[in-house]
Amino acid sequence: MQIGRYSSRLLEKAVEEFSSLPGIGKKTALRLVLHLLRQDKEVVERFGETILRLKSEIQYCKSCNNISDNEICEICANPARDHSLICLVENPQNVMAIENTQQYNGIYHVLGGLISPVDGIGPADLVIEPLEKKTRKGEVKEIILALNTTMEGDTTNFYLYKKFSEFEIKITTLARGVSIGGELEYADEITLGRSIKNRTLFVDTIQL
Amino acid sequence: MDTLYLKNLSLVQFKNYTEASLSFSKRINCFVGDNGVGKTNLLDAIHYLSLTKSYFNPVDQQNILHGKEMFMIRGEFERAGRNEKIYCSVRAGKKKVVQRNGKAYDRLADHIGFLPVVMISPADSALILEGSEERRKFMDTVISLYDKSYLHDLLRYNRVLLQRNKVLKNAFKTGLPASDDELALWDNQLIPPGERIFSVRQTFTEKLVPVFQEYYHKISGENETVSLEYVSPLFEMSFPGLLMKNRDKDRILQYTSGGIHKDDLLMKLGGFSLKKTGSQGQQKTFLVALKFAKFAFIRETNDIKPILLLDDIFDKFDPRRVTEIIRLVSENEFGQIFITDTHLDHLEGILKQLDADYKVFKINEEIKIIRQPVS
Repeated sequence: MQIGRYSSRLLEKAVEEFSSLPGIGKKTALRLVLHLLRQDKEVVERFGETILRLKSEIQYCKSCNNISDNEICEICANPARDHSLICLVENPQNVMAIENTQQYNGIYHVLGGLISPVDGIGPADLVIEPLEKKTRKGEVKEIILALNTTMEGDTTNFYLYKKFSEFEIKITTLARGVSIGGELEYADEITLGRSIKNRTLFVDTIQL
Repeated sequence: MDTLYLKNLSLVQFKNYTEASLSFSKRINCFVGDNGVGKTNLLDAIHYLSLTKSYFNPVDQQNILHGKEMFMIRGEFERAGRNEKIYCSVRAGKKKVVQRNGKAYDRLADHIGFLPVVMISPADSALILEGSEERRKFMDTVISLYDKSYLHDLLRYNRVLLQRNKVLKNAFKTGLPASDDELALWDNQLIPPGERIFSVRQTFTEKLVPVFQEYYHKISGENETVSLEYVSPLFEMSFPGLLMKNRDKDRILQYTSGGIHKDDLLMKLGGFSLKKTGSQGQQKTFLVALKFAKFAFIRETNDIKPILLLDDIFDKFDPRRVTEIIRLVSENEFGQIFITDTHLDHLEGILKQLDADYKVFKINEEIKIIRQPVS
């Protein structure tokens, strides 16, 4: 199929907007647009309204910088959670990933990026202030650094470690090692090497 | 020591071959023919089966026969007494496929090093004539074959370097110098892999150089002093010290001026620069000795004799050196050899005197075997 000649200007515009999304090419965009056209009017209106409201109504939690419907997100507003334990992550997807483990009862802090000059992100572009304030007030006992295990993640970890080392708090990081259910021979050398070096007491691994 | 040799090779639409099928001697194989008939392409096909890529052209698609959609290379090796069938194909617009005994590799990197080859070609002169990057690449490829964490360190180092240089550039644009804190942040990431790479390169060259010198003297028959010296700014100063010392300079230059990314191998002959004063024959001897040393290194670390691919190496050599090279490679330290040459007479004259089994392939429109001595 030849893409590039549309029978309608409106169609062309819609395709252009859809294909500006990450991972969507012109062909997929056209398929999505045509699909929407075939739907009932109400369905399309609801779709459009949701997108409009998304941008105008969504807020960033004043406490943790996660995406939220309110000034303070549900996690931060929950009194049953441990507010002295902070898990520091890059983005909202990471919060969801850790929430899905159902193993964590502290709260989060969303940085909004990793230090990467190539992507135009310097230390000043990270959202750290709310966390710094909380720590200064003595509300924080432990910060868990849970960033990606990339070089940029490590660099950001180090930056934050320096920044928070003036406070008397515990700074921890996620364990790195062999994935559960995986076979040793398929683990990559770097991870396996690290796991050997940072081996743990067997007693601690027994689930009681 | 495990044995390794290629038993047979078949090509479909690879470079200038529509179809070809050959079976080889365990020892010496000679491809003889005029310029442009495709002798080197046969060596490159073997290179593909070993390293999943061409030695000459990094773009896979461009190795397809002109006007066709795909190429296939098939080879049957014997490695440590086992048959290994390797298949490699490239289709226009598709991912390259490499199979071992009918099973496709998920990661091509898993195949690299399994069937080692060493290629010696006129293109290697870049090692002497071009910038230091070529010589670092030479060290890096050999070391990566046996040290997996080295490659990891190297990738990481280059990534940090990219980020650090970006900080310097960005700062220059805004007019405010990059802050000490921000540079220290990247220095901290740069130092550990940088120091490890430095130490691995040091150990590597310490082992490589004596072997290289021995080969040089064997081939040249002369006693001129030949040297290969690993140079790095880290010999003079610790890496943290170097970064600190260069900090203001880096701010002006907008890039990181010191580190293992400036390492080099100094090549000297009789105390003078090989590039400036060495004759073409001497330079070539240097390269062949260096590649032989690489061969010996891979052989010792992997406990297997790599396959040796000699592309047009006798050009610019005097008859004495040619004889010496052939004599060397027919010794037991080497395994299977593939040689290309335009003239048969000379090559065969030497081969006949030696004890080794050899096979000659005359390459023209169709490949035919013109002589196959009984082994």
